[in-house]
Amino acid sequence: MEANQAHTPPAAGDQLVSVSGLTRQFPVGRSLFRRATSFIHAVDDVSFQLNAGDSLGLVGESGCGKTTVGKLLVKLLEPTSGRITYRLPGLDVAEGPENVPLEASAINGRRLRAFRRQVQMIFQDPYESMNPRRTIYDTIAEPLAVQGMGTVLDRVDMVSEILMLVGLTPPATFLFRHPHELSGGQRQRVAIARALVVEPSFVVADEPTSMLDVSSRTGIMNLMQQLAHGLGIAYLYVTHDLAVARYMCHRIAVMYLGKIVELGETEELLRNPLHPYTRALLSAVPVPNPEYRRGPPSIVGDLTAPIDPPEGCRFYDRCPLATNHCRDNPHPAFEEKAPDHWVACYEV
Amino acid sequence: MTASAASPVLKVVDLSLRYLTRGGEVKAVQDVNFELAQGEALGLVGESGCGKTSVANCLMRLLPDNAQLVAGQVFLDGQDILPLSEDQIREYRWQRIAMVFQAAMNALDPVYKVGQQVVEAIEAHGVEPTLSLARERVAGLFRMVGLDPALMDRYPHEFSGGMRQRAVIAMALSCDPRVIIADEPTTALDVIVQDRILRELKGIQQRLHMAIIYISHDIAVVAEVTDRIGVMYAGRLVEYGPTAAVFRAPLHPYTAALMGSFPSIAGEKRVLANLSGEPPNLIDPPSGCPFHPRCVHATDVCRQEIPPRVERDDQWADCWHPLEEVPSLQPAKAGGT
Repeated sequence: MEANQAHTPPAAGDQLVSVSGLTRQFPVGRSLFRRATSFIHAVDDVSFQLNAGDSLGLVGESGCGKTTVGKLLVKLLEPTSGRITYRLPGLDVAEGPENVPLEASAINGRRLRAFRRQVQMIFQDPYESMNPRRTIYDTIAEPLAVQGMGTVLDRVDMVSEILMLVGLTPPATFLFRHPHELSGGQRQRVAIARALVVEPSFVVADEPTSMLDVSSRTGIMNLMQQLAHGLGIAYLYVTHDLAVARYMCHRIAVMYLGKIVELGETEELLRNPLHPYTRALLSAVPVPNPEYRRGPPSIVGDLTAPIDPPEGCRFYDRCPLATNHCRDNPHPAFEEKAPDHWVACYEV
Repeated sequence: MTASAASPVLKVVDLSLRYLTRGGEVKAVQDVNFELAQGEALGLVGESGCGKTSVANCLMRLLPDNAQLVAGQVFLDGQDILPLSEDQIREYRWQRIAMVFQAAMNALDPVYKVGQQVVEAIEAHGVEPTLSLARERVAGLFRMVGLDPALMDRYPHEFSGGMRQRAVIAMALSCDPRVIIADEPTTALDVIVQDRILRELKGIQQRLHMAIIYISHDIAVVAEVTDRIGVMYAGRLVEYGPTAAVFRAPLHPYTAALMGSFPSIAGEKRVLANLSGEPPNLIDPPSGCPFHPRCVHATDVCRQEIPPRVERDDQWADCWHPLEEVPSLQPAKAGGT
C-alpha cells in the first residue's frame, strides 16, 4: 500500500511550502437575499516560503489573521484566492518527477489522505482538542488507523513509542487513561504525540503553550524543538508572544490586519526591526528584568477589524511615520530591505 | 486614617487557609506573612494553584463557603479585618481595599450600562450623596483610566477587552481605596493594550499614592511594575524581597527555576530551564520543604524538615540550600536591544 511505504524525508533546505498571494475573506453582514455585503479580509495577499526543517513564527495581535493562515496551510480552510504549493514526500510520486510542486487546490480524495499524513496541526486548547470519552491510546492510534499504518497489534507499540518520545513515561500508565485524568501540559504532550505519530514533514502549531502554566510551557517548547530538530520537521508556530517566537523559530513573520508587514531571521528582526508596527510590538513586550527600561509606546489607537479595509497601508491610521503617500497608494509591496529581511512599508 | 510612613497600610500575619472538599482538606494558604507600605507595589507570582488568588480573596474577605480560615490576621490600617462581621467588613471592602478582577469579561454585568455599574458601587458605599455627583465622579474616573466619559452609557459588549479592563479598574478606584489588588489584570489582553494599561495603572497608583498588589503568573509583568515580589509555591510564600534584588540573585531554587523558564526578547538568547514535575497536591503536601520533589538541590533534610528562613539584606527565602549569587541567572542585561 502506498501509505505504508517509507518516504525519504526531504533534505533540510529543500523548499517545502510556498505561499503566494494567499487571501481569505469571511463574509460579514448579509443583504435581504443573503448576499454577503461586506467581508473581513482575514488574510490578504500573504506570501512566504518554508523550507524543510525550517521554523517560522507567525506573530501578531488577536484578530490579525495568524490562525487563519495556519488553517489554510493544513487545508482546514480553502483560500479565497492565491496559491499554496507543497513539495511533500509521497504526494507527487504518481504525477511525475519528485520536484514538481503540488497545488493545494489539487489535493483531494486519496491525495488528501496522503497530505494529512505529511501535514499536521497542534491546536491551542488541549482541553477542547481531544474527545473526552476516548482513551489516550484511541486518540493517538486513530490517525494511524486512518493512514493504514501498522497492524492493530503494531499500533500499541507505535503509540507507546511516541508516548515515550513526548515524555509520558512509562507509556503503559498513560495508554488507557482519559484526557480528564491528565494535566494541561500532559494533554498538550498527547496532542503533540497525535500530530507526530504519522511522521509528518510539516506541522502547524497554533499557540500550543498559551493555555499552559509557566512550568509546563517550557517543557512543551523544549520538547517541540527537540522533536522537530531530531525528526527534521518544519513548523509554523503561531503565537502572540514574541519572546516565545524568538525561542522557538529561525524566522519571524509579523502580521497586522491580514498582512505580513515584516519577515526576517529572528535575531536580525529583533535587533533591527524596520516596520513601525514591529517596533511598537517590540517596545510593548515586558522584559523579565527589573533593571531593563523599555522605550515609550510609539503607536496610538486601537486595532480595528479588517472589514472592507480602505485603500492604502493597513497600518496608516496608527502609524507614527504615516504620510499622505501611505494613505493614497495601495498597501506597500513586500521588499527585501536587508538580506532575507522583508518589509512592507513606504517609509523605511 | 492617616498612617505614618512607618506603619504599613496592610499587614498579613501567619495567614493559613483551607478549603474543605470531598477529597479532603486543601491547604491552600500556609503561614503567609508580608507587609505593604503606602504607595508600594507588591507582586505575587507562582504557578496556577499556588494560592495567589486565595490570598487575595482573604484580603477582600471574599471567600467561598467551603473555605476555612485556620489562623492569621490581616491588618488594614491597623485593624484586623478577619474577625469582623459581614456588615462591618463592608466599610473596608471597596473603600479601603478594592480588587481589579481577572477576566474583565466576567466582572461586568452584560445587561447594565457600564457607567451604571460603577455608579452602583459608589452608591452602595455612600461615597457621594447624590446621583448626579456619583455620575460626575464616574466621569472623572473614566477620564483617569483613559476612557471617554461618553462611554458611560454603553453596554459591556460594546467595549473591547482593553476598554472593559479599564472600566473594571475605574470601578476598583471608585471609592478611593488605599490598597488595590489586581488579579491577573492584563492576562487576556494583547501586548500593546497590556503595555498601555500597565503604564496607566502604575501612573494612577503613583499619583494617588496607593498600595497595590499585582497577582500574576507572568514574571515579566511583575518585574516591570512592582517594588517588591513574593514568590508563592504550594500555598507558602517561599521568597520575598525587593524586586530588583530577587531578580538579580534569587535565594530560593524555585524562584531561580521560575525565572529561568521565561523567554525574553532582550539580552542573549539562552536555553530555558525545564522545571520538571507538577505542583504538589495540596490535600497531602510533601513533607519538609514543599518544593523538594522538584528541586535539583534537594537532600534528606529537605524531605524531612520544614526549611529555615535565610536572609540577605531585605530579601528572605525559606530554604535549606539557598543559592549563592550566580550572575548567569540574570535574565537579561539592562539596556539590551
